[in-house]
Amino acid sequence: MNGFGGEVRAPYRALADWLGVQHLDTLRQKSAEAEVLFRRSGITFAVYGAEEAGERLIPFDILPRIIAAEEWRRLELGIEQRVRALNAFLYDIYHRQEILKAGKIPEELITQNSAFLPEMIGVDPPRGVYSHIIGVDLVRTGENDFMVLEDNTRTPSGVSYMLENRETMMHLFPDLFSRNRVRPVENYPDALLKTLESVAPGNLDAEPTIALLTPGVYNSAYFEHSFLADQMGVELVESTDLVVIDGLLRMKTTEGLKRVDVLYRRVDDDFLDPLVFDPTSLLGVPGIFDVYRSGRVTIVNAPGAGIADDKAIYSYIPAIIEFYTGKSPILPNVETYNCREPSSLKYVLEHLAELVVKEVHGSGGYGMLVGPKSTKEQIEAFRAKLIANPTNYIAQPTLALSTCPTLADSSVSARHLDLRPFVLIGDQVRLMPGGLTRVALKKGSLVVNSSQGGGTKDTWVLQE
Amino acid sequence: MLGRTANDLYWLSRYIERAENIARLLEVGYRIVLLPREGESFHEEWRSTLESAGCLQGYVQRHGELMSQNVIDYMLFDTSNPSSIASCLASARRNGRAQRTALTREMWESLNSAWLEFSAIRPATVTSNSLPELLDWVRSRSALYRGALLNTILRNDTYYFSQVGTFIERADSTARILDVKYYHLLPSSEMVGSEKDNYQWAALLRSVSAHRSYRWVFKDHYRPLKIADFMILNRQMPRSLRSCYDELTAALRDLAVFYGIRHDCQTTAEATRDLLLEADMRNIFQSGLHEFVQDFIGRNNKLGNEISAAYHFSD
Repeated sequence: MNGFGGEVRAPYRALADWLGVQHLDTLRQKSAEAEVLFRRSGITFAVYGAEEAGERLIPFDILPRIIAAEEWRRLELGIEQRVRALNAFLYDIYHRQEILKAGKIPEELITQNSAFLPEMIGVDPPRGVYSHIIGVDLVRTGENDFMVLEDNTRTPSGVSYMLENRETMMHLFPDLFSRNRVRPVENYPDALLKTLESVAPGNLDAEPTIALLTPGVYNSAYFEHSFLADQMGVELVESTDLVVIDGLLRMKTTEGLKRVDVLYRRVDDDFLDPLVFDPTSLLGVPGIFDVYRSGRVTIVNAPGAGIADDKAIYSYIPAIIEFYTGKSPILPNVETYNCREPSSLKYVLEHLAELVVKEVHGSGGYGMLVGPKSTKEQIEAFRAKLIANPTNYIAQPTLALSTCPTLADSSVSARHLDLRPFVLIGDQVRLMPGGLTRVALKKGSLVVNSSQGGGTKDTWVLQE
Repeated sequence: MLGRTANDLYWLSRYIERAENIARLLEVGYRIVLLPREGESFHEEWRSTLESAGCLQGYVQRHGELMSQNVIDYMLFDTSNPSSIASCLASARRNGRAQRTALTREMWESLNSAWLEFSAIRPATVTSNSLPELLDWVRSRSALYRGALLNTILRNDTYYFSQVGTFIERADSTARILDVKYYHLLPSSEMVGSEKDNYQWAALLRSVSAHRSYRWVFKDHYRPLKIADFMILNRQMPRSLRSCYDELTAALRDLAVFYGIRHDCQTTAEATRDLLLEADMRNIFQSGLHEFVQDFIGRNNKLGNEISAAYHFSD
């Protein structure tokens, strides 16, 4: 909030004035009320294992993160440029592979990658869109510097928290909304439905039937799956509700079998079709990939879209953007060392204490080394892993992440945060003004993942 | 609607209704145990309570001898008992969670908070003094859920399948109470008019919340024939078999209209409803109340199976 110079930044002025006259006890009480609201509506994420013990609330912080109108405009342009380039890249990589021929990316980085699906070569998804729903993880590292930390092009989650956080804030602090002109995010489900409809297979005789495929109630994001299906008014299906008959995907209803045209799937590629991918999977639908290949169902996001958010590809994204748009990236990447390159590996090994090292295929903050926060022993242990398997790691400098006032145990104080806006790509690009702000609740911590004790905040994009 | 969704909605309603019925039965059993006794034990009363709830066999396997505290614990908290209130609330909540998209926010929140609050109770803290309050709570949570359903849900298949589940379960429960209780009460008919006898007849009616409405309708003393008539054939009494079947045939007719197709289950339900419409209580008594009720329970089960098949509950 205090920017990088110490002054309260402009978008936070109204909040700072308001905070100045609040009692800590009042804030704590509001925080407790928020928890009751979340608990009652069952907004939990499941942890694998026992049903009852296995449901947890993600901590919610009642102080919003605020983004000014002109900051958002620039983010919007940058995000749109990025997601168009990612989709152009996906189309190319599964068709003519011009970018490989041009030598912009090492070929084996694609062809040897488990996220690359040879089965998708030559498949034409409707409107050429592979990744319809993308969550772009951003961090602010300076007054005017947002950087992209990661793209999520497979099945990004968290959008239900963006919506429920807003709902809760409007319930608890109506007066704050009257002091700040906050752009609404509530029409996300409607925009999602429009996006899904717009990518239905061609030549349907009726309105497309859309369904959302969930692995089931024990999945960590089950709440989100049911929330989105509910908000869109589409069926929430599990694999056992689906069957392929006569070349079409169908769901089992009270009136018999009904055709499904667009499947928003929240299961991973590997589990989608046991006949093509993992044969032991019970989460998918035998034969669905054939239906997809024949153009009679749209799968969102497309199988194989994960190659675009692979951490090994990440450092090439600026080159990808230039290759497909002819322009330099509006939003920069965080500087990244690919340990598969000998010169990078050498640098990383010499600077481990200053760097963050991540597994290429890891997620959720596991399997990483945060150099400045680690002991000598931890660094040496990691060094051994790195030398043993360098292609498995990338490294980035630790960033001067921005902070935002957060209600901690004893006071309101600054905590580090990131931002995941959600963008929809169908017949057009639709971006909600906001996103999911994740906040590290421990003082000084840079790890914001919910699985590592991070929390969330409402994200306000101000009206001009 | 998915067949799985219809199945879960149907069972969700059944579990909520069952939790309420178990609470009613326990309340009656408990009140009778409070009666002054002359040398005889209250075993018979707990036995009939467990039998009405369909829990007797399970209880005996687990605890053997009939003891008040064990019976109460088994019917309230024991998750190895699929009909305990804890199990009913957990199953209802599990079905509701799987069908979160089919429920309104009010329905889900009443379900979820009932489960959360009940899960927080430590069985050891439930004394005989606090039991009536807890049973009241169970009934009020069931009423709250049902109120949320009636007030907020669209009148479409979601509503109709919920209604069907509620009234199949209620019909089953009323029939079982009648069968078991009546069987146990008959031997005492030579002492009709005694204080204890009246108390037990009142308890039978109380278990279906009808001990006062009986008087409003009949303006008479409790008499076996009239009580049976009230619980089986009276269309004003909302827990009578007749009322349940009025609701069931209406919900099934609405389903047939909604989907534009009639199934065998509609015919089966109407046949049972017509039977209740035309029956005469004296004839039923003459040919045997127990046989009549057993036949009814069989028909009710068959209807449940036909509905499940017609609407593809599990394919």
